[in-house]
Amino acid sequence: MARRSIPEVNAGSMADIAFLLLIFFLVTTTIETDSGLDRKLPPLEPPDTDVIIKERNLLQVVINKNNQLLVKDELTELKDLRKAAVAFLDNGGGLNDKGEPCDYCQGAKDPKSSVHPEKAVISLQNDRETKYSTYIAVQNELVAAYNELRNRESQRLYKMDFTEMQALFSDPKTPDEQREKLRPRVERIQKMYPQILSEAEPKKN
Amino acid sequence: MAKFTKKKNGELPAVSTASLPDIVFMLLFFFMTVTTMKDDTLMVDNTLPIADQTQKLDKKDRVVYIYAGKPHERYRSKYGSQARIQLNDKFADVDEVAPYILAEKAKMRQELQPLMTTALKVDKETNMGLISDIKQELRKVNALKVNYTTKEGDAMRNIE
Repeated sequence: MARRSIPEVNAGSMADIAFLLLIFFLVTTTIETDSGLDRKLPPLEPPDTDVIIKERNLLQVVINKNNQLLVKDELTELKDLRKAAVAFLDNGGGLNDKGEPCDYCQGAKDPKSSVHPEKAVISLQNDRETKYSTYIAVQNELVAAYNELRNRESQRLYKMDFTEMQALFSDPKTPDEQREKLRPRVERIQKMYPQILSEAEPKKN
Repeated sequence: MAKFTKKKNGELPAVSTASLPDIVFMLLFFFMTVTTMKDDTLMVDNTLPIADQTQKLDKKDRVVYIYAGKPHERYRSKYGSQARIQLNDKFADVDEVAPYILAEKAKMRQELQPLMTTALKVDKETNMGLISDIKQELRKVNALKVNYTTKEGDAMRNIE
């Protein structure tokens, strides 16, 4: 029997098939948002000893039910919050628990404001009727204040932004030896400006 | 100079479509790789607030999602327009959050359990009361790592 030559497959409809698949994936795609503000909630059991915080070491931020912002009992615009928080945290007008002054602070050393970043507490209180978006905006500004100070110190010590360093540190793709090199740096900056953000339970009215 | 005189030919040559499949395939592969299949069908409105100091969420196997917001228009007649919590595929009350977290935690691999993060995907119009209730529940079961999932952008746009 004579061998018949194999006919060539017509590839003209390949584009159609590919289009079909393309349109299916186009329609079903949802690009997930997978970033946000990381926060740690306080544990439920209160610490055994009540810590007494001096008034000068406390920055009280209250959001009322009309989404207005009160910083130390004064009505403040959201855009001024970051500056106020930075000024408060970076004040460094005194000594920490070990009796050391804050030698890296660049604040005004105001005797009415915080003594040391390690002692400075920001207290955030909101109402049950506060809108979530306002709360997130305030949280964002407070985190931004910490990040601004941490970036400044990180740039001074390691010529690198803290946020960048932290992202690299928590990235699973970073090789282990680089992570071990980053760990003391991240911890040192975090110790310089620890994030002490206390969230009181909301007021009922 | 006859060499340079063009052959007069009125017809335009047809555009070759031979590379069309290649282009389409390229697009196809792009969408295939960026697609993530949705785990949950959203039953609540979910416009996330905006923030710019964000950190990337951990890997998916150690994250538990909690959605909250006003019920979607389809469910309004049945569930009303008060903001609700959604766990997995159904609406839930505040006191169901703690058992849900514990159940999800038990499903995780042992070594990942301490790393568990709770991602709160909450609509920006929600009142803080509901979120405080959720947070209170999370504290009860010691799930202290939370992530307020947000969109990337200027935070000032939240208060418009």
